[in-house]
Amino acid sequence: MATQLAPTRGAAPSRQRPPRKIGFRQTLGRWDVKVSPYLYISPFFILFAIVGLFPLLYTGYVSVHEWSLLGGKGDYVGFENFSFVLGQPNFWTGLRNTLSIFLLSSVPQVIAALIIAAMLDANLRAKTFWRMGVLLPYVVAPVAVALVFSKMFADESGMINAVLGNLGIDPIGWHKDVLPSHIAIASMVNFRWTGYNALIFLAAMQAIPRDLYEAATLDGASRVRQFFAITIPMLRPTMIFVIITSTIGGLQIYDEPRMYDQLGQGGNSRQWMTITLYLYELGWRQRDLGRAAAVAWLLFLLIIIFAILNFAITRRISSADDMTRTAKKARKAIKARERSAR
Amino acid sequence: MSAPSIPFIEQTAGKSAARSARRRRKGVALAGGSDRRPGWVTYLVLGLVIVGSVFPLYFTVLLASSDAQTIAQNPIPSPIPGGQLWDNLVRVYQSDIDLWQATLNSIIVAVATSASVVFFSTLAGYSFAKLRFKGRGPLLVFVIATMAVPTQLGVVPLFIVMKELGLVGNLMAVILPGMVTAFGVFWMTQYLDSALPYELIEAARVDGASMFRTFWSIALPAARPAAAMLALFTFIASWTNFFWPSIVLGTQTPTLPVALQLLQAGFFKDIALIMAGVVISVIPLILVFLVAGRQLVAGIMQGAVKG
Repeated sequence: MATQLAPTRGAAPSRQRPPRKIGFRQTLGRWDVKVSPYLYISPFFILFAIVGLFPLLYTGYVSVHEWSLLGGKGDYVGFENFSFVLGQPNFWTGLRNTLSIFLLSSVPQVIAALIIAAMLDANLRAKTFWRMGVLLPYVVAPVAVALVFSKMFADESGMINAVLGNLGIDPIGWHKDVLPSHIAIASMVNFRWTGYNALIFLAAMQAIPRDLYEAATLDGASRVRQFFAITIPMLRPTMIFVIITSTIGGLQIYDEPRMYDQLGQGGNSRQWMTITLYLYELGWRQRDLGRAAAVAWLLFLLIIIFAILNFAITRRISSADDMTRTAKKARKAIKARERSAR
Repeated sequence: MSAPSIPFIEQTAGKSAARSARRRRKGVALAGGSDRRPGWVTYLVLGLVIVGSVFPLYFTVLLASSDAQTIAQNPIPSPIPGGQLWDNLVRVYQSDIDLWQATLNSIIVAVATSASVVFFSTLAGYSFAKLRFKGRGPLLVFVIATMAVPTQLGVVPLFIVMKELGLVGNLMAVILPGMVTAFGVFWMTQYLDSALPYELIEAARVDGASMFRTFWSIALPAARPAAAMLALFTFIASWTNFFWPSIVLGTQTPTLPVALQLLQAGFFKDIALIMAGVVISVIPLILVFLVAGRQLVAGIMQGAVKG
């Protein structure tokens, strides 16, 4: 019998009853036991097939066809959509902007989240208050965040330029110029996600055995050194996780740049137009779903490349030799101490 | 490395070691590698972080409560909210973008997806955690693997599918793709695996309960704490979702984020009005946060996944 309740064998009701005659009820019961597990997991698989797997594969099919938003499928065109997209300066501008905004948001974000987490990990008074305070931005929709930040970063009537002006700094073209607009958009992303990631790091930090720190303290390691020699190496799996998820999210960024001005085209000279914005423009403004699908595939490729790259880098950074050695040394010391204590 | 003896350690490391040893004997948990309360610098920096979290929201209220003229005159708003908040809220509800309908749409979508994600994820999680069937392991791995697939990239064909189904402009087009998530399945599998004893299930089966009855009256109640958190996360994700709704709903049946976009496109000069719209979209989740923020923190720390 392939299907049954675990771990005890023979928990199925048909075996509980005397084996007189197998009636309809028993047959039904056996079927119930056999089929139910598959039935219960099927909603996920059916739905995933329809809205996840099929679209992902179908994107490939659409991308090699002429495909209009209104008219539907047209002729097979091979890789023409791809070569069209790759020949567009706008695509490369979008690529540059996406990478720039991604780096400006993920790098400071991970560093800030680590520092905040380390502070939250201290023996604070009113722990819950600080944790909730840090998380607050997470419940604000990116669209709302973008509207507010867009106003704060307005070139002429914005608060940030006014404050800078009071400090004697010339106004910055937060909407006009390339890098400032990327910084402004990255700050929206950081606003929403830093606290969230800090909590993930915090959870991982609290899982680190406290004995490691004690031993390091005994060895005379400063808190900063402990952070780099114990905390960071021990956080490696969590770091990989956070960095990969922020890569997947960051490279698809759409909401924030879309709402940064009222036109939603990424600026008048595409200063902050990202790849997903470009995808939207091709598909729903120019009504060419074939080309939009080609962009989707290119973006997918980019995400995979970056995920692998990040994975490799993160492994490298946090497994630097002397750090793990310090951690190992600390562990050994603890074991030794426990032995002698007995 | 030779093992130093306890007296040796107490001698060399002195007070702090002795203190931590004392603490440990008393069973006091150590935090952050140090049992000391952190200094004022930590509180100061964390305080600044929280000011950074709150300020943009406060800034929104300041703008939403002043009139357009004041905003135009002073880029730096006065720190005390003006008296126009109510007027602006009324004005935004009277504008030609129907925020009542958008709010209602957002509620419908968020409630429907949360309920369905919780139900189907618990169902699948129960099956993965507590039932044995052929292919269980590989199928679970598959579920987890799908979490890494950026489904957003399938928007083009998904739109084609919805168009074929005649669902463009219909809230179902947003609800349907979010009805069960890989994350939800994984989350409930993890939880039920440890929280639901096999004995309970067996007892119900021996009593002659059908498989579904067992699920309904044993697994579902046991899953309640994790289900509440899953509902919370799904609700937030749905409420803040923009890209897909903006594509598939169009301007006729917007959710709140889509309505905000329309508001900005139509009234981009009237900052007070737009900020009033932001306030409306933010308030429900702030309320949820105030009530359930503690659970939210706990949920993330239990290993929640983004998105």
